[in-house]
Amino acid sequence: MAVDRLLPTPEARDLLDLTRDVADKELLPIVDRHERAETYPEGLFATLGAAGLLSLPYPEEFGGGGQPYEVYLQVLEELAARWASVAVAVSVHSLSCYPLATFGTSEQVERWLPDMLAGDLVGGYSLSEPQAGSDAAALTCRATRVADGYEINGAKAWITHGGKADFYALFARTGEKSISCFLAPGQVDGLTFGKPEEKMGLHAVPTTSAHWDGAVLSADRLIGAEGQGLQIAFSALDSGRLGIAACATGLAQAALDAAVSYAKERTTFGKRIIDHQGLGFLLADMAAAVDSARATYVDAARRKDAGLPFSRQASVAKLVATDAAMKVTTDAVQVFGGYGYTREFPVERYMREAKIMQIFEGTNQIQRLVIARGLAR
Amino acid sequence: MNIVVCVKQVPDTATERKLRSDDSTIDRSANGVINELCEYAVEDALKLKEAHGGEVTVLTMGPDQATDAIRKALAMGADKAVHLSDEALHGSDALSTSYALSQALKKIGFDVVILGSESTDARTGMLAAMLAERLGVPQLTLASKIEVDGSAISIHRQTDYGYDKVEATLPAVVSVVEKPDPFKPRYPSFKGIMAAKKKPIEKIGVADAEIDPAQIGLAAAWSVVSDFTAAPPRGKGVVVNDEGDGGTKAAEFLVSKKFI
Ligand SMILES: Cc1cc2nc3c(=O)[nH]c(=O)nc-3n(C[C@H](O)[C@H](O)[C@H](O)COP(=O)(O)OP(=O)(O)OC[C@H]3O[C@@H](n4cnc5c(N)ncnc54)[C@H](O)[C@@H]3O)c2cc1C
Repeated sequence: MAVDRLLPTPEARDLLDLTRDVADKELLPIVDRHERAETYPEGLFATLGAAGLLSLPYPEEFGGGGQPYEVYLQVLEELAARWASVAVAVSVHSLSCYPLATFGTSEQVERWLPDMLAGDLVGGYSLSEPQAGSDAAALTCRATRVADGYEINGAKAWITHGGKADFYALFARTGEKSISCFLAPGQVDGLTFGKPEEKMGLHAVPTTSAHWDGAVLSADRLIGAEGQGLQIAFSALDSGRLGIAACATGLAQAALDAAVSYAKERTTFGKRIIDHQGLGFLLADMAAAVDSARATYVDAARRKDAGLPFSRQASVAKLVATDAAMKVTTDAVQVFGGYGYTREFPVERYMREAKIMQIFEGTNQIQRLVIARGLAR
Repeated sequence: MNIVVCVKQVPDTATERKLRSDDSTIDRSANGVINELCEYAVEDALKLKEAHGGEVTVLTMGPDQATDAIRKALAMGADKAVHLSDEALHGSDALSTSYALSQALKKIGFDVVILGSESTDARTGMLAAMLAERLGVPQLTLASKIEVDGSAISIHRQTDYGYDKVEATLPAVVSVVEKPDPFKPRYPSFKGIMAAKKKPIEKIGVADAEIDPAQIGLAAAWSVVSDFTAAPPRGKGVVVNDEGDGGTKAAEFLVSKKFI
């Protein structure tokens, strides 16, 4: 059932129609196969790119779609309702373009951004390390100045699209109190990737570690100033979190839709289970959770689009939407009864996929930290 | 190369399709979509343009709301469109449609006209042949592949046994069939959708195309569709239990159906 959205422009409506069309024809028919077999959907990101769906929140002058976050996020939501790992990878791609687009010099932007937004490249975001997740400032991967640029040494972890991406926003230590951001190519001598993690969900897109062993990046690949890395990373994450909130909302919507249609078919004690008040109320709470998830991320997005501070609202959106997704997908399994616990229906996958939403791009504990700090100011 | 691609809007095959109760023409109030094979025609037209240059013009005959199908073709990459729309055309059968379209095509001018080999609503599959005849140009029907070299055009005509290679000289009319990847119709890109809003759609009526009103519309139709029914659901099929003689029984079944 298509979500009845309030969209700001006729072009946004056309964009959402296009997204649903592409998602129904290209994602839905193959999602189950790839998620079960844990195989990468070769060529799929190129298809999304050709349709213009990989560059939406960036300026048209560099090949972007020039769309406000309010619209871009709803596109992500539609993708996530069909295939969470693909939507997350699209969100991470946007995140990986953010440092260059926002902090790059005009020369850097003109040189790299058009290719990154053209639709045939995907990006990854490499901040986390084995010993530095929530506490990103504890990262130890080093970038040392050498004659022709920076030499990178150390281990990064948990990279969505690791080994597959064409470029990475990389964060590395340039001094005791200094972390810097680099735009790293996907392939360079001295860079290798670990084997994909065996995950609970999001099986179709690999998550890997990366090992930097003396790889050299030219000096012009430093984005922003030396020491500005954490500021860039957190600024990018404010927007990235909105992407995850939208993905979580789409996932929750898919679970709700599946649960409602099942509850209209299944009968017990002589009536449809949706007509048992006890179950109807469960579905009502699920619908309320989905709607409030969407409302919070759209509100935060509008603030961002209007140029207002939105960091706290982005954290609230991430918290509300991902907790909603966890609750709604768990309850969707409940609605399906025993069948919900099997792989015959998609809701067990939704439940596995929802869990990671509460963890990455800042765990929900970290979101509370951000919100509380905002309150304490 | 001047490429004209004929595009038709049809009722969505996913919805229930009906005839109108008043004049038993197809009820077009349902959700209209671009005919699927027309998307293949547009794709082939765009590929020809990419290889040989020129311009792709969309030609659509249909009521006002058919502009949605036209916009889709323009969003895929066609350059401009001509929309033949006139109350007088309502109820035209295949024969009069081919007449009306041929008049419009004479006005537009073309090196090659590309159409889907049939539409999902009427399914006569005859339009390409009729058009070619009316225009006095070769017909290359059921093409799974189109190649142009100077003024020579050749196609692979899809057959039960593979394909025939059919050659002709331009100008010509080509009808196309469904094809697997990588020949599937492209998605319009978001930028394509934006650009399509600015591309010209020329609306023309019966008089503009010098169409004789006596030869079109319900009154001039040679054929009338009075009713249709859904195909009966498939039966259960024959189950052969293999009790050591399964092979023989299967062979007997095939013989009874004249397969072997
Ligand atoms: C599938 C997947 C994809 C990922 N993709 C990426 C990616 O593309 N790029 C990237 O850089 N990273 C990525 N990550 C990493 C992810 O962002 C981190 O796992 C996450 O930030 C948590 O870090 P951690 O695993 O080190 O947990 P820890 O930081 O060790 O946290 C452990 C627990 O302690 C809690 N905790 C920690 N500190 C506090 C505190 N101060 N107060 C209260 N509780 C606290 C946490 O909430 C958590 O519950 C990905 C992870 C996964 C699993």
